Amino acid sequence: MEHTTQLVPLNWYLLLSTFLFCLGVMGVLIRRNAIIILMCIELMLNSVNMLLVAFSSYSGNSDGQVFVFFIMVVAAAEVAVGLALLVSIYRNLGSTDIDLLNKLKW
Amino acid sequence: MMTILLLFLPLLAALVVLLGGSKHASSIALGLAVAELAVTAYAINVFQTEGPEAFYVFHTWIDSPKVSFHLGLDGLSLVMVILTNLLVPLIILSGFNRTIPNAKGYFSLILLMQFALVGVFMAMDGLLYYIFWEVALIPIYFIALRWGGHNRVAITLKFFIYTLAGSLLMLFGFIMLYWYNPEQSFDIRELYTMVISQENQSWLFWMFFLAFAIKIPIVPFHTWQADTYRESPTQGTMLLSGIMLKMGIYSLIRWLLPVLPLGVAKWGQLAMILCVIGIVYASIIALKQKNLKNLLAYSSVAHVGLIAAGIFALNIQGLQGSVVQMFAHGVNVVGLFFCADIIFNRTNTNEISELGGIRNLAPLFSTMFTIVVLGSIALPLTNGFIGEFLLLYGVYEYNVWLSVFAGLTIILGAAYMLRMFKKVMLGQPSSYVPEFPDLYWNEKIVLGVFVLIIFGMGIYPQPIFNLVEPVLQDILSHSIL
Amino acid sequence: MTFLGLMIPLLPLLGFLVNGLLGKYLPKGSAGWIGSLSVLASFVCVLLIFKDLQAEQAISIDVFNWIALGDFSISFGLWIDALTMIMLMVVTGVGFLIHLYSIGYMHGDEGFTRFFTYLNLFIFFMLLLVMGSNYLMMFIGWEGVGLCSYLLIGFWYKNEPFNDAAQKAFVMNRIGDLGFLLGMFFILFHFGTLDIQTVEQLAPGLASNGGLIMIITLLLFIGATGKSAQLPLYTWLPDAMAGPTPVSALIHAATMVTAGIYMIVRSNVLFALAPDTLTIILWVGVITSLFAAIIGLKQNDIKKVLAYSTVSQLGLMFVALGLGAFSSGIFHLVTHAFFKALLFLGAGSVIHALHGEQDIRKMGGLKKLIPITYITFILASLAISGFPLLSGFFSKDEILAHAFEQNKIVWIVVAVSSFLTAIYMFRLVFLTFFNNFRGSDETRSHIHESPWTMTFPLVVLCILAVLGGLIGLPAIFHVSHWLNTYLASVTEPSAALIHHGDGISHGLEIGLMCFAGLAAIVAIYLMYRKYVMQKAIPESEESQQGFIKAIANKFYVDEFFENAIVNPVFKLSEWFGTFFDKKIIDQIVNRTATTITSGGQALRLSQGGNTGTYVLAMVIGIVVLFIIRLLI
Repeated sequence: MEHTTQLVPLNWYLLLSTFLFCLGVMGVLIRRNAIIILMCIELMLNSVNMLLVAFSSYSGNSDGQVFVFFIMVVAAAEVAVGLALLVSIYRNLGSTDIDLLNKLKW
Repeated sequence: MMTILLLFLPLLAALVVLLGGSKHASSIALGLAVAELAVTAYAINVFQTEGPEAFYVFHTWIDSPKVSFHLGLDGLSLVMVILTNLLVPLIILSGFNRTIPNAKGYFSLILLMQFALVGVFMAMDGLLYYIFWEVALIPIYFIALRWGGHNRVAITLKFFIYTLAGSLLMLFGFIMLYWYNPEQSFDIRELYTMVISQENQSWLFWMFFLAFAIKIPIVPFHTWQADTYRESPTQGTMLLSGIMLKMGIYSLIRWLLPVLPLGVAKWGQLAMILCVIGIVYASIIALKQKNLKNLLAYSSVAHVGLIAAGIFALNIQGLQGSVVQMFAHGVNVVGLFFCADIIFNRTNTNEISELGGIRNLAPLFSTMFTIVVLGSIALPLTNGFIGEFLLLYGVYEYNVWLSVFAGLTIILGAAYMLRMFKKVMLGQPSSYVPEFPDLYWNEKIVLGVFVLIIFGMGIYPQPIFNLVEPVLQDILSHSIL
Repeated sequence: MTFLGLMIPLLPLLGFLVNGLLGKYLPKGSAGWIGSLSVLASFVCVLLIFKDLQAEQAISIDVFNWIALGDFSISFGLWIDALTMIMLMVVTGVGFLIHLYSIGYMHGDEGFTRFFTYLNLFIFFMLLLVMGSNYLMMFIGWEGVGLCSYLLIGFWYKNEPFNDAAQKAFVMNRIGDLGFLLGMFFILFHFGTLDIQTVEQLAPGLASNGGLIMIITLLLFIGATGKSAQLPLYTWLPDAMAGPTPVSALIHAATMVTAGIYMIVRSNVLFALAPDTLTIILWVGVITSLFAAIIGLKQNDIKKVLAYSTVSQLGLMFVALGLGAFSSGIFHLVTHAFFKALLFLGAGSVIHALHGEQDIRKMGGLKKLIPITYITFILASLAISGFPLLSGFFSKDEILAHAFEQNKIVWIVVAVSSFLTAIYMFRLVFLTFFNNFRGSDETRSHIHESPWTMTFPLVVLCILAVLGGLIGLPAIFHVSHWLNTYLASVTEPSAALIHHGDGISHGLEIGLMCFAGLAAIVAIYLMYRKYVMQKAIPESEESQQGFIKAIANKFYVDEFFENAIVNPVFKLSEWFGTFFDKKIIDQIVNRTATTITSGGQALRLSQGGNTGTYVLAMVIGIVVLFIIRLLI
């Protein structure tokens, strides 16, 4: 284990996960399709997961990896709920464009 | 035990009345209020023999932040509790012979109000006091909203928001006090002795002063008052003017002067000037009011302005005068509003120009009304005089010119009261007053008691002085550095 | 004697309570007797005390401790000394006679019981005023008599102008009362007590602080101008004639209005220590005396003439006080109480006979129809005019002599106003009682002499008015001046402080007396010629012009006050009430509320409901936080 970690410096993980996270944020901001937004959120979550694993491995403490499992479970549940909502939205509006969902105002 | 009974009996009474039927609500409420009065009488007795220690109650309530259920009954509190518990039965009795929809709710709220007021006067812990202060607002809000006049919704809302805004400042002030207090508590004994820099005291002064000034009300924070008094049902107006505004004055003495002596030293003068301006301003406005209840409301602003001025004079005469005058004003103003209600009950109007000639038709009412008016314009041997004399003397000791200015109230007071009395009661009967039944039995009792108090206190005020003297000396020793 | 002393005020109070509380259960008409007898009993108590009390003695009665707090205490105390005795005798004695008179005068009035209730209350307060041992006790009486005056002026409350007059009296008195109150504050603060005797003893010690004593005395004097109807606070008194005539006699002539004089004499040491105040009092008295006398010349209402005459005579008393002749002021107060009460009661008898007619132009020829009234009235008029050897002659002469000695200008003005007094009094007498009756025949047929309850007081007062001068015979008669001797214990401390001249020589005094007597006789003759021989009748209001019109309209003083003070205050009140309070102060409150509401209205637009916007805002927020974190 120690060996591999040393091969890839921590900074690279940081850069990669920041890149992925920003990608996710951009996706959420730019895309209108709810499914893609959901996927982008998953992307952000996973970038954080990766960071957790990396730190966990570098510090030799397994707490981070436990967290990751926890997050993956939550994310799965979230996807299930989110997709259910999306299906319901699609049935109602015939579209998954989130700009149509602007009833919650004023 | 005594203290707990004194505090919670009205709450219990409110529940009993609420659960009982509307048919006998007023009688039940009256009975229980009289029982509370009896407890108060017993408490006076205990107080005379055992002193204030007998009423000491202290329980820790919340650990962090440290809030205690600390009640006490010293001379000052006792006077206020007597006033409250004396007026409430009379206020309830004044509601007899009137048709009041949903009477059980109405009288229950009055008793709830009594509970909160007694709590305010007995609480010796800042946060506990604040809670009672706010609880008192709830019943009066519903009384005014549910049973008020035509324009009640908007006016009640304004009253509620206005006073609540003041209260929030006070809450903020208490939280600040809590943090400045090295003991980290709200207990009054610690607040009296703690040391705060003048800068911080100045801020705190304005937070507390604004809260009290709105409640009292001191000009220019008085604009909620006339409308609210006019639109509230009579009993609500009586509670408001007779007791609730005394909360503010009482709090000035109890919570402002001794806790923030440096703040008072710095800003007291300005407050004093506001009070004195308010006296003359409100008196002048009262001269030309067209509605009887409005006139009484402005006269009340003038009177309480003088009471507050006496407090800021920071001498024993002013403070004694303010306590006596609180009691006297409580009785007189409730009496006056009751007279206005009696007139409204018979004629369905409180417009001064529409009234006249009542004296001819109702001699007994007229005599009683005259006596209450005389008390209110501070004729010697009535209760109003003792207070006004001491207050003006207190202001005189503070500053001669202010006392001259404040003294105008005795001229203007006579002018607007007698003008009102002349137009309402004397002269030829107006077309709105075709007939005017003289007092009913309940009205006779209420006004009779008031008349007795007016003369009793005017002739022999010493018991009140003796009760409050030690407390006021103590407060004064904390307030003057 | 303490018991008797307590009984003096308590008996009228008892009468008040019985009449006030039980009046309607008592047989009709008994209220008058209850009221009168209670005052009579009080009078008897006064006489019993008078019998035993030496002039230099005093009784002090502390009933209870009224207000005790901090470092001062004020007792509910009574004090009876020589000065009090004089006042007590006037108040209860004249008071009783007027009560008795009222039984006849008010007979049949629907407020009969109420009238006597008020009247007894008045006597009670008046007694407190003169018996109070401290200024606050005096103030109780002071305001109390003001209240009774208010109640009695507005006794016929269905009549709007009467109510206005009552209110005016009360409010104007209150202006003076504020002065009194402030004066008390100064005394309390600097002397530490309100007890009159203590203050009088301490005062010389504080005399070095001359300004202080002057302020105190000036403030007290403001109180006196209100109560005793001096310039500029006199206008309520003529209006106060709206009350029933016995009230005018008792309150607005004999007793209440003299309270100011009593108060100043009571605190004579204080006043003696403030020579500047005395000068002011002197000139206020002089001007009032002349001013009111001039107005009195052209009044046509029988009671208004007497009212202005009262103002003028009160001015004369203040002249005496201003000259430092305190006992002369009291002397004139006593004689004035006799003859002015008599004049008012006589006027009441005339009005009673004429069923309410008060205009002297519609009277005339009454001397044969109501002879007792006529005789007593004319004797009283002679007394007030200073006809030789009647009571007013001596008391007025004493003041004139003091004036002549100290200030010739004052003497001239006072002499002129005395001369005018004779003029307007005899104008009144001749127009009322001489020539032929000018009213309708129907009224004439009903004219009758009043019942004995009314004429008896007239006769008694008439005897007093004629002989009252005996209590103060001048030195030229080679008898001692009884009143001066009797009051010596009260006025002596101040006498040392005021520089009196050596007094004028007997020859000069006789000369002055002859002059004054002659002037009165000349005035009477002039009036006799005009109104009896030439049968002149005062012209109607419309035909008056110039100065005469100004006099008849009381120099427009009422109008001046109305326009200069009352109306502006009312305007201000309306402006405050409808504009400043509603449009400025309340609008600040309301605007605060509406600003917050509209701020909310504006801000809620930012909640577009668009998820993207929210997220963008969130991201920007995070980025900004990061940047801030980095920079700091």
